[in-house]
Amino acid sequence: MKFGVVVFPGTWSDRDCGQVIEQVLGAEVRYLWHKDRDLQGCDCVILPGGFSYGDYLRCGAIARFSPVMESVVTFAEHGGLVWGICNGFQVLCETGLLPGALIRNEACQFRCEPAHLFVERADLIYTANLDRGAVLEIPISHGEGNYFADPATLSQIEQNGQVVFRYCQPDGLVVPAANPNGSLHNIAGIVNEAGNVLGMMPHPERRAEAELGGEDGLKLFNSVVDAMNDILVAS
Amino acid sequence: MVNYLATVVVTLKQVVNDPQGLTVKSGLRQLGFDEVEGVRVGKHIEVRLTAEDEKAARTRVSEMCRRLLANHVIEDVRFQVEEQDAQVGASR
Repeated sequence: MKFGVVVFPGTWSDRDCGQVIEQVLGAEVRYLWHKDRDLQGCDCVILPGGFSYGDYLRCGAIARFSPVMESVVTFAEHGGLVWGICNGFQVLCETGLLPGALIRNEACQFRCEPAHLFVERADLIYTANLDRGAVLEIPISHGEGNYFADPATLSQIEQNGQVVFRYCQPDGLVVPAANPNGSLHNIAGIVNEAGNVLGMMPHPERRAEAELGGEDGLKLFNSVVDAMNDILVAS
Repeated sequence: MVNYLATVVVTLKQVVNDPQGLTVKSGLRQLGFDEVEGVRVGKHIEVRLTAEDEKAARTRVSEMCRRLLANHVIEDVRFQVEEQDAQVGASR
């Protein structure tokens, strides 16, 4: 199982992801420079957090034109696993691989704090080791994570069951008070219709070791590894 | 070819909440500008370009707006195009 971690100028969570993949999961990692087109045979490509291209113009707007993104789009269109975390989620929306957009937090503040996530989908490769209704504690760290989509798109996303995570209280209740940024329907993460492209604002790579506050984020990485190993063994 | 200056204004759509605008509005009201009823914060982008004529320039700028300058999920965009003499263009 080989993960690719894309590195744009301004990316800051690439090594955090790499640490989890190599040291915690014991899997292989390849850092994919934004100017390269070769995805080096990776089974899952992560677009990590940060401020790609300084967030110039709009978060993720410039990153989508980088050579590596052409390959990522093709990879995703052929069913490859593409996982956008924080800035990576913004890039996926700008690229059009995921619907909607992420705008400035309602409170106009950068929010860096633990968040609780209600798991809506447990049938995805990313969530295969979880149960629907489980609550994960994974931190957020963003200024522009306020999920927006027009009413028609939002209703489509809900009908298709594309919402994977919603901000909730520790007991799992999805209420406005648990919403840290103003996201519509408390949306914290969505998937494309095919289920292979996931975007989420919270940072699972920062909750993957007990010493760093918890292992809820590791459950997502483990799900991917276990599901992919099953697929690789079966083929 | 003629030199043109396109002035592009990008704002959040009316249906999109603009927390920056609301914050600026409350700041203005705190300063005593009680007559302020609404503020929307946007971006002002200047693009210098050359084109055969104004129609061609407008077509190109419109394409730039569609492909990069605005995100049509959340933003509205409008622009003006004006002819510039070459010297003004070169000094900018």
